[in-house]
Amino acid sequence: MRNIHGALVLLILCAFGAQAEVSEVYDFDTRAEEQRYQNLIAELRCPKCQNQNIADSNAPISKDMRDQVYRLMKNGATNDEIVGDLVGRFGEFVQYKPPVDKRTILLWAFPAIAVVVGVAIVAGVAIRSRKREKEESALSPEELARVKKMLADKDQQA
Amino acid sequence: MKRLLLFLPLVIAVGVGIFLAAGIGKDPTKLESARIGKPVPAFSLENLNDPTQLLDESVLKGEVALLNVWAEWCPSCWDEHEYLMWLSKEKGVRIVGLNYKDQRETAFSFLGRLGNPYDEIIFDPKGSLGFDLGVYGAPETFVIDANGIVQYRHVGVVNKQVWEEVLQPVIQKAKGNS
Repeated sequence: MRNIHGALVLLILCAFGAQAEVSEVYDFDTRAEEQRYQNLIAELRCPKCQNQNIADSNAPISKDMRDQVYRLMKNGATNDEIVGDLVGRFGEFVQYKPPVDKRTILLWAFPAIAVVVGVAIVAGVAIRSRKREKEESALSPEELARVKKMLADKDQQA
Repeated sequence: MKRLLLFLPLVIAVGVGIFLAAGIGKDPTKLESARIGKPVPAFSLENLNDPTQLLDESVLKGEVALLNVWAEWCPSCWDEHEYLMWLSKEKGVRIVGLNYKDQRETAFSFLGRLGNPYDEIIFDPKGSLGFDLGVYGAPETFVIDANGIVQYRHVGVVNKQVWEEVLQPVIQKAKGNS
């Protein structure tokens, strides 16, 4: 039993080792630059292993892309230029955040549209049911008196 | 009117169903190439067969050609090779090879065993031209027209079916244009 535990722990440690292999060593002059690099590679998607960003992926193509990001950063490119360069090579697929334009506006606006429509539906339902309540409670004074009496009788019985 | 409203969920469900059904059977690993309609990026790389000779983008001009990205380490390249041989020998298609992130010796042993369907082979050990072309996995096959413009990219194995249904029509069209 003890041995099995040991083996399991070892296995888990191995898994961590494999994960840690991904990062290469890049030199940055400032902490901010490094942070910028990390942000960039976190929002670029690996074309080969489609559900990973290039920061997490250890596919060779992701390494090439990280190298390119680093190279362009060193040449003083802006974030847009760097992303544009990779999109020019691999297509818009590599961007996790698609740009807002004519084709993607529905995609971007959909959450807001969904919220507005949802609020409208809820409001509609609430207003309607309130209206109906008013209409239904329109009893004549005699009827109201009868209701009161009936309820009072019932209370006494109980 | 109220009656009709009751059908709204059904209509929405059918609409969503049609929308989603359109996506079934599409291979999500096949991406649009960003290069289509653009010239082959400029390069200057060694000829695989002759390290002293540098090839550039002009090898892809003058005639409609296939640019086939391959490597000895790529298992699917072994599968498609017989079809490339067939295309080159039987159909007379000009095929330019891009030996991608490979080594000369292994590339030669691959060609020695399976034959050489390529008119020219660009040697790209670092994958720099591959990177510029947006290659994300070998094999990939580009159709390049006579002006050196990328017309199409096929990701994956080329076989008889792919040739007949996909590549041949694109090549015919490219030949018609130039």
